[in-house]
Amino acid sequence: MELINNLALGFATASTLNNIGFCLIGVLLGTLIGVLPGIGATATIAMLLPITFQIGDPVSSLIMLAGIYYGAQYGGSTTAILINMPGESSSAVTAIDGYQMARNGRAGVALATAAIGSFVAGTIATVLIALFAPPLTTIALKFGSAEYCSLMIVGLVMSVALAHGSVIKAVAMVLLGLLLGLVGIDVISGVPRLNFGITQLGDQLNFVAIAVGLFGIAEILRNLEDERTRQVLMSKVTGLMPTREDFRRMTWPILRGTAIGSALGILPGNGAVLAAFASYTVEKRLSDRPQEFGKGALAGVAGPESANNAGAQTSFIPMLTLGIPANPVMALMIGAMIIQGIVPGPNVAGEQPALFWGLIASMWIGNLLLIVLNLPLIGLWVKLLTVPYYVLFPIIMAFCSIGVYSVNSNVYDLYIVAFFGLLGYFLLKMRCEPAPLLLGFVLGPLLEENLRRAMIFSRGDPSTFVTRPLSAGLLVVAALILVVVLLPSVRKKRDEVFVEEE
Amino acid sequence: MKRPGSTRIDPPDGRPKASRFFSSIPGGRSNVVAVPNRTRVDAMRKMTFDTTNAICGVFFILSGAIFAAQSLSVELGTWLRIGPGGLPLVLSILLALLGVVILVAALRVEGEPIGKLAWRGMLFILLAPIVFGLTVRPLGFVPAVFITAMIASFASYKMTPLFALALSVLLTIFSVLVFSYGLGLPFERFGPMLRW
Repeated sequence: MELINNLALGFATASTLNNIGFCLIGVLLGTLIGVLPGIGATATIAMLLPITFQIGDPVSSLIMLAGIYYGAQYGGSTTAILINMPGESSSAVTAIDGYQMARNGRAGVALATAAIGSFVAGTIATVLIALFAPPLTTIALKFGSAEYCSLMIVGLVMSVALAHGSVIKAVAMVLLGLLLGLVGIDVISGVPRLNFGITQLGDQLNFVAIAVGLFGIAEILRNLEDERTRQVLMSKVTGLMPTREDFRRMTWPILRGTAIGSALGILPGNGAVLAAFASYTVEKRLSDRPQEFGKGALAGVAGPESANNAGAQTSFIPMLTLGIPANPVMALMIGAMIIQGIVPGPNVAGEQPALFWGLIASMWIGNLLLIVLNLPLIGLWVKLLTVPYYVLFPIIMAFCSIGVYSVNSNVYDLYIVAFFGLLGYFLLKMRCEPAPLLLGFVLGPLLEENLRRAMIFSRGDPSTFVTRPLSAGLLVVAALILVVVLLPSVRKKRDEVFVEEE
Repeated sequence: MKRPGSTRIDPPDGRPKASRFFSSIPGGRSNVVAVPNRTRVDAMRKMTFDTTNAICGVFFILSGAIFAAQSLSVELGTWLRIGPGGLPLVLSILLALLGVVILVAALRVEGEPIGKLAWRGMLFILLAPIVFGLTVRPLGFVPAVFITAMIASFASYKMTPLFALALSVLLTIFSVLVFSYGLGLPFERFGPMLRW
């Protein structure tokens, strides 16, 4: 019963005209930038993040941010299907069969399948969040500082495990992120530290500036390395409506994809990407026509698309209940919450029920808006694909500059954007993934605060982390994950998964 | 933490090969698919170490050293009362150590080349926000947006001056309407340097 009351509160919050409007703007903007190939969901959100701060009301701005997220994901699948260029790694799988379907003249059906799959997955995942978030919150409220520290370590280790490429580099990125997160004025002693004498940096490095630089600017630079002209497969997409046979063949893949995605999405680290892969593999194995896979199989679009959308959705669970971001997008959401004055963590559900449930309800509304709007608007998105890149750079740069400056009216934030743009590009070139760095950056201050508090509670005895059972358990989990990803056999398998995905 | 593969013996054919551990490529990019190193080895036999990872290792060592030096200048504290420098010092030492591991592992193996760099892009794209920062106060919002857009336009070699000018003008008008009038951002449209 409580669930229904909570959902009712959520829908009441999310369905005010205002919030639907922001959700709509978010979804549209997200799709708009998401269909631009090469710019993934994280970069899109980073670039649009400052705009959401202009709204003022934290609920509306988070709803809009979430809308941008689904929109960007949806846009990513559109480019994957139409031009074989996934905007986001989670839609890389969709490109395999989606693009083949488009080549066979079934682009419309592929797009519709992706949209329907995403919607069904989104609906089921929303219910799952509503079911599982409150009990998790209850458990999390019992956590002390020591448990929190250990939990954050688990989160960081998971982000390492699921990052692409070298494990050691990912650990180094986490450490670098944690350090960058500590730059500024120490909260407890009020002492400025690690700021290289630049006091204008303020209390903390500006999160928005770092995210824009690391994800947005670095990605633009990577696109500029090699300016290719894009080939759009078709200028007009027709035949959106799947046949009855298509519907029959997409039902089970969608449901299975949703189940896989929901389970993997909760895990810290980018579960949505793995989910898409896992779903593709499962569908190929279960299919009565496995030879069709890679040549335009409908199930190869329906399954992975549902899986990545369900995963994207359930990755909100650790963020909302524990304040631990599961992926860089969630790190951006947490950063946005902190800027709006909300302390992320298990208290959010109790103290801000309207925000908590409103956000959950808005996920479903966002998915509904996507399916209602995007199928008719597909012609517009296809046209956007033909906009040359060089027109976009000045627009993006101008908006990024305005956006970052608008957060604090601090010109130093703009220099931080440039610096982190360069650093982000350098790290890309070094094959270091920026996602663990961003997670570290967000968790750095929280980790330090809880570490210090845990030490005070234990009267300076560091063994508290291993003598408190819950904390010890979490640390064992973290250690196990690290050992497992470093095992030669697992490492090989992990490399294969990521290489296959490229 | 010791990298399990660090003592690996090179393949019997005597051609050292980068450990897969360090050679996977991040980012969902399709045009840098991890080519098996074997196919590139012949072309790169002269190189004795994996440049990318060596630079990467040095970068982490330097970052660790700089942060360590910075954290030593503030109080480290005790276990009971951890000071502002305590955690940063531990983290930066760990970072430098990982840098050493990466650097050592990069020696004696082949790696993939870094690939081409977007020099022109770096110059103009990175300059854009800096110039915005330098001009937004003295010149005001309108000139700052225009100049930023103009600079960013030249990041691509496909852009023509006339098109850049037209685009920047349109973009400035749009930004002023949306951000200044629409959202009401409290920026001065024209700064003190343009009032006389």
